[in-house]
Amino acid sequence: MTDIIPISSLRIGESGVVKVLFAEENIKRRLLDIGLIEGTKISCVLKSPSGDPLAYLIRGAVIALRKEDTANILVDTKEGLWD
Amino acid sequence: MGLTIASTGLHTLSGELEILKSSPSDKIIALAGNPNVGKSTVFNALTGLHQHTGNWAGKTVETAQGTYIYKETNYILVDIPGTYSLKARSKEEEIARDFIKSNSFDAVVVVCDGTCLERNLNLVIQTLEITDRVVLCVNLMDEAKRKGISINLSKISKRLGIPAIGVCAKNKKGFSALISAVSKVSKIGNPEPYKMTYPEKIETALSFLEKEYVLRHIALSYLEGEAVPQKESEKDALREALSYLEGEGITQDKISDILASSIVLRCEEICLDAVSFENPDYRGFDRKIDKILTNKFLGYPIMLLLLAFIFWLTVTGANYPSALLSSFLMGFEDDLINILNLINTPEIISDMLVLGVYRCLAWVVSVMLPPMAIFFPLFTLLEDLGFLPRVAFNLDHIFKKCKTCGKQALTMCMGLGCNAAGVVGCRIIDSPRERLIAILTNALVPCNGRFPTIITVMTIFFAGSFLGGFSSVFSALFLTLVIALGISLTFFLSWLLSKTLLKGTPSVFCMELPPYRKPLIMKTLVRSLLDRTLFVLGRAAAVAAPAGLLIFLMANFKVGGETLLFHLSSFLDPLGRLMGLDGCLLLAFILGFPANEIVLPIAIMAYMSGGVLTEITDMVFLKDLLLANGWTPITAICTVIFSVAHFPCSTTCLTIYKETKSIKWTALAIFLPTILGMVLCILVNLIGNLFI
Repeated sequence: MTDIIPISSLRIGESGVVKVLFAEENIKRRLLDIGLIEGTKISCVLKSPSGDPLAYLIRGAVIALRKEDTANILVDTKEGLWD
Repeated sequence: MGLTIASTGLHTLSGELEILKSSPSDKIIALAGNPNVGKSTVFNALTGLHQHTGNWAGKTVETAQGTYIYKETNYILVDIPGTYSLKARSKEEEIARDFIKSNSFDAVVVVCDGTCLERNLNLVIQTLEITDRVVLCVNLMDEAKRKGISINLSKISKRLGIPAIGVCAKNKKGFSALISAVSKVSKIGNPEPYKMTYPEKIETALSFLEKEYVLRHIALSYLEGEAVPQKESEKDALREALSYLEGEGITQDKISDILASSIVLRCEEICLDAVSFENPDYRGFDRKIDKILTNKFLGYPIMLLLLAFIFWLTVTGANYPSALLSSFLMGFEDDLINILNLINTPEIISDMLVLGVYRCLAWVVSVMLPPMAIFFPLFTLLEDLGFLPRVAFNLDHIFKKCKTCGKQALTMCMGLGCNAAGVVGCRIIDSPRERLIAILTNALVPCNGRFPTIITVMTIFFAGSFLGGFSSVFSALFLTLVIALGISLTFFLSWLLSKTLLKGTPSVFCMELPPYRKPLIMKTLVRSLLDRTLFVLGRAAAVAAPAGLLIFLMANFKVGGETLLFHLSSFLDPLGRLMGLDGCLLLAFILGFPANEIVLPIAIMAYMSGGVLTEITDMVFLKDLLLANGWTPITAICTVIFSVAHFPCSTTCLTIYKETKSIKWTALAIFLPTILGMVLCILVNLIGNLFI
């Protein structure tokens, strides 16, 4: 069983460390702005009523992101557990 | 952009950045920072001004200026829009980037959020690449402390080689240190400011350009392809640098990533040493509230109920001052006539002044002012609390279906206060296509200038039959329904535009949900109440008075045996009737172009024989008057629909032109809602008449 999942599959309260960050250029720039790069710890904190967008805790700030924008951001959930 | 006297109405139009020094020794200080770090609060604390501060990212979309004096030197403080980085993505960020890159200041204060310092340092390091004259101001130190975050400012200051001053802007703590640090840096700069170093290969590439005396930050933008060199020698150096990097396996599209990640990692490293978290669960309380507000089942009902509650407070709170103002202002009328008679004013002139100008003014002030003055401060509190981004979070999936941006919800909320402010606020939306859609549809959310008309008509026709005490509850619920209609129309038009004129796919949605912050309740209420009252009064004088005069003249001057008013309203009558309205109402909407709050007063004046308005707060009288002029419940519904969906007011139209710089889009912003409103009214009228 693999522990590498897209961040959109994180459940509320779950966290992981970003391993792969594939995204369209515009999205990537935004994510870099808020400090989301490979190796960053990210946890899912909130789900909107419809289930999309989700809100994540990234470097101390809560950021809302849509599922389709983050489908190719993969995290390792095992690594997140050690924090 | 928050809602203040400076951001709403005509003030929205005066936003060009021009800094005027009163003496050559004046110092210009730029105030930069990430969005929503309390920059405006710092600005207010330093200058004593009242730039509005809300709790969401993107309030300050324009630059604001203020001054303070320290040791006989005049400091001009320029508040620039919040930005995460100097690599601009949206229009507001462009303003910030251009200002910092212009280097036309004596020092720049980068305000950071103490609860989120690591991410904020990114901008500090980028700013240090452009200028040495940087002061770090860490705001929200109290909030950080409460959350168990301890920040070693002297370590950070030593590491970055710039002063790092902790402040708590809300309580004005720490400002003497900040002011003296700014003074020192603006005069002599920083001796050894931190300079970002990049991985070796990037540094080698940079050295090719630096050999040609290209400034480091410009060399970086060349490498990233953000700017293009003009000089041949620089072009050669860039080619050399890029081919070197390519040889090392770094293609140009990867350079930006490497640069940005290096800075992020450096910030992480600096903070690892200087910031410690004693209470890892400090966000617990916010999350508990968030879980309720964004709950699958409760989220939407809570949002609507909260809105309805605010409307209820508005309606109930407005009743008493309305009655008071009305009897006060009307009681004054006889004295006014007496005075005019005393100085031998001809009757026609005194009638014109009192029955035309004065009464229309009194109507607007007593009926329109109280609800507007009450709604505004209440809404400001919600804004300060941090509620609005949660609304955007909850609604985003619908915007996604419309292929637009969830942040449009924030601009719609602004629209409730003032559509012109809402249109300017659209700058927070990154994608030009989505921004344009938000601008074109903003007027479909009725601003509070339209509330009194909606409330009055709804109360007379639908809530009047309920018992006294409950009538305001029903009015509030009806108003909520009407706003919901406006929101649905916004979704519909946004979707339609995305499918037709403004085709495209949604761009990235990335929105911060700020921590909840306790607003300074009394201060906000008083400030915002005063601001709003003055604003509405000023506008009433500028617009309602001339409109009153115009109506009086049209009702009294006859052409071919009938009054001008009769001719005009008869001309509009067929179209008005088709839309479930009548000629007078349509005329009132047209004359209400400068300010929506005068639509109903004008219509009523036109209904009264001779264009005179009386008994302004007596609902029974009003109802009789409207019934006598052929109103039915369908007329009431159509009036409400058309006041939601019609052309934006003149100020909003001017703002739209200023923001889009295009007559075509401005015209569309006028026609689209109008056509939508007309079609809806005609449909309601046709269908309604089948049942009556």
